[in-house]
Amino acid sequence: MQRVKEFNMGRKLLIHNDHIPNIHTLEVYRANGGYASVEKALKTMQPDQVTDEVKKSGLRGRGGAGFPTGLKWSFLAKPEGVERYLVCNADESEPGTFKDRYLMEKIPHALIEGMITSSYALGAKTSYIYIRGEYFYVARIVEAAIAEAYAAGLLGKNILGTDFSHDCYIQVGGGAYICGEETALLESLEGKRGNPRIKPPFPAVAGLWGCPTVVNNVETIAAVVPIVNMGGEEYAKIGVGKSTGTKLISASGHINKPGVYEIELGITVEDFIYSDEYCGGIRNGKKLKAVVAGGSSVPILPAELILKTAKGEPRLMTYESLADGGFQSGTMLGSGGFIAMDEDTSIVKNLFTFARFYHHESCGQCSPCREGTGWMEKILQKFLNGTANESDVELLWDIQSKIEGKTICPLGEAAAWPVAAAIRHFKHEFIEIAQKKKFVDISHYDRLNLVRA
Amino acid sequence: MKVTIDGIEIDVPKGTTILQAARMIGPEVAPPAMCYYSSLKTSGGYCRTCIVKVTQGSTANPTPMPKPVASCRTEVMDGMVVENTINADVLEARKGVVEFLLINHPLDCPVCDQAGECSLQDLSYEHGAVNTRYEFPRREFERIDIGKYVQLHMNRCIMCFRCVKVAEQLTDNRVHGVMHRGDAAEISTYIENIIENDFSGNVIDVCPVGALTDKTFRFKSRVWFTNPVDATCDCKKCLGKVRLWMKGADVLRVTGRKDIWGEVNEFICNTCRFERKNVSDWKVEGPSQIHRASVISQNHYNNLNELKVQVMKQQRALGFIPFDKRP
Ligand SMILES: Cc1cc2nc3c(=O)[nH]c(=O)nc-3n(C[C@H](O)[C@H](O)[C@H](O)COP(=O)(O)O)c2cc1C
Ligand code: SF4
Ligand code: SF4
Ligand code: SF4
Ligand code: FES
Repeated sequence: MQRVKEFNMGRKLLIHNDHIPNIHTLEVYRANGGYASVEKALKTMQPDQVTDEVKKSGLRGRGGAGFPTGLKWSFLAKPEGVERYLVCNADESEPGTFKDRYLMEKIPHALIEGMITSSYALGAKTSYIYIRGEYFYVARIVEAAIAEAYAAGLLGKNILGTDFSHDCYIQVGGGAYICGEETALLESLEGKRGNPRIKPPFPAVAGLWGCPTVVNNVETIAAVVPIVNMGGEEYAKIGVGKSTGTKLISASGHINKPGVYEIELGITVEDFIYSDEYCGGIRNGKKLKAVVAGGSSVPILPAELILKTAKGEPRLMTYESLADGGFQSGTMLGSGGFIAMDEDTSIVKNLFTFARFYHHESCGQCSPCREGTGWMEKILQKFLNGTANESDVELLWDIQSKIEGKTICPLGEAAAWPVAAAIRHFKHEFIEIAQKKKFVDISHYDRLNLVRA
Repeated sequence: MKVTIDGIEIDVPKGTTILQAARMIGPEVAPPAMCYYSSLKTSGGYCRTCIVKVTQGSTANPTPMPKPVASCRTEVMDGMVVENTINADVLEARKGVVEFLLINHPLDCPVCDQAGECSLQDLSYEHGAVNTRYEFPRREFERIDIGKYVQLHMNRCIMCFRCVKVAEQLTDNRVHGVMHRGDAAEISTYIENIIENDFSGNVIDVCPVGALTDKTFRFKSRVWFTNPVDATCDCKKCLGKVRLWMKGADVLRVTGRKDIWGEVNEFICNTCRFERKNVSDWKVEGPSQIHRASVISQNHYNNLNELKVQVMKQQRALGFIPFDKRP
């Protein structure tokens, strides 16, 4: 059943100009108010004032963990005579997440502007943008934009005639999900194998080449631009509670209008799914079955729990509301990879896909993740083969519990949580397969009829 | 700094890790360590067998740490309270780690050269479950000769990265230690590049399992039929402090001297290890102290206290002794 609702367009701060032709060029970007934050920060503010504005804004990291950005910046160690670095995490590899790509592809200067302003705040003379290997064409777009910025005196020595000099480099990764984990990213950036480091020390103290480093997501850095332009307090007025500002959501799955949407944090999940402004409802008039709200690693929730919390309140698109009820009945906003699944989706099959991904992407450093992810995939394969037993559900549960929290980096959890959540909310689907000794694929979306014909 | 481990308090210098502090107290509270190696920098943190629960972070900040931590890579704070053998969750988690280490392991100790001196055997015996729940084919690799003296059999490798650290820290070639990733990761044969180096043979001693073995010794004898003695020689390359593994008057094998944690503190050179196989090459000091409740010391259970601890640990793992009782 389709439900179209009157909805006022929310405020957009990041991709409001994405429809303007040639907005990827410096000329058009500047004509539309671009680089105002660099002018304002470098010419009228002290670095600490910029950090203060970011603190006041309540901005939280958009890369997944939602850590307050201003606080993270204030942790950066600043010993005399030691370089500091800003590193932009553009490794975006979480299944279901593609917002950073959209931003960099459409408005690359928004990222570069954020890099300059943020580096000024942090006192970083050099910054790096680490882009995943599969985004090679995006890297070219950003590279061209960097060249334009250098030519216009926005990068390099004495930016806009001020004392601040800054260099920004792009590094293209080899295409490994694990290189999105910030310390693996730093290893990779240093030219080594992308293995997560054992923490402490944290990057704020010893990051790139042992120097204090801030690692931030593309969207986080781009959000610094409107924060500096409008002031942290103004920015903080958007949103609900500790979820301030706007957020890019990558919407995919069985919805009428998949794509990247900028929302004001605080709209209801129901509005996001069903309003014409955003996803436009479930396609083919089907019913919503489940949602993975923040990228493949966050717990899946059945329709009734994603639309309303366990207490019966409407669920909002905020860090707090999505997490309401803990993992028993809640989930996480994560990176904003919003995957909606309709009634014809097999949760078991979906879970297998995720499990295969994490198995493939484990770096192999620590035993629980290296061995456990592959084991879970193999057991899930048994379900798809129709050879699983009921005891395999318990076994899966036990394996995920022995990975979670016992690993070097959070990829272990990212692999364990989806398994736990699928069993928690959809155990009957596993049991049914085990009892009937048969897997009937109810989904019809991936039948490659064209290929087979 | 004061730290309490399983109810026992000890004063340790700043910078001590939980594992080191626990070892200072003694084997009854020391967590098992498969990848940490005292004489190799940056070792530890990978295998996760040494995980413990920190129930109080420090006096200044008493909140417990949310997740179990790797004791080998976590430094103590003043007033920290740690639970190892008295915490049921820790023991359960450790059992999980042992299971993970074993699911792709061949479990053919009877034909493995390491049997009898294998950390994984000891670990499974003390902390593992009785049966395996893994029903899939295990990873298999070909045996690889890396140089004249060392053989690598990845089937038995537990990815502790100790050999990689040896390659990095004892030899002058920085070699790529690992190829591929996840459960397809393997110790790279590029490690072969170090084999020319005088200290490359130490990879055999640091390997906790039978993945890296001494080809001059392979299948000459079961280790428990040999007699370990400590010996020295005037060596220009290393300190010449070694352990000879004798059968009758024959030197079957030369290794570094492992301490009670199974770790060598003074690495030896390849000449001592592979080429000095005559008793006349050596000044024999006397029988080695084999501290662990090891089959190697089967004929001289001179260390009864040690044995008691081992039995106690085993019983506790099996649930025979309540967790609040300590030896
Ligand atoms: C396995 C793994 C993959 C990750 N991938 C990404 C990624 O692709 N992009 C990203 O911004 N953060 C990623 N993160 C989170 C980063 O480690 C880090 O928290 C983030 O870049 C911090 O930026 P923020 O504070 O701006 O969110 C990943 C984390 C893990 C554990
Ligand atoms: S949790 Fe997985 S990805 Fe992270 S360090 Fe361990 S093995 Fe590597
Ligand atoms: S390495 Fe150890 S556990 Fe593995 S087969 Fe050899 S003796 Fe047994
Ligand atoms: S070969 Fe031995 S020392 Fe090297 S990683 Fe494997 S188990 Fe560790
Ligand atoms: S010994 Fe601590 S993780 Fe391996």
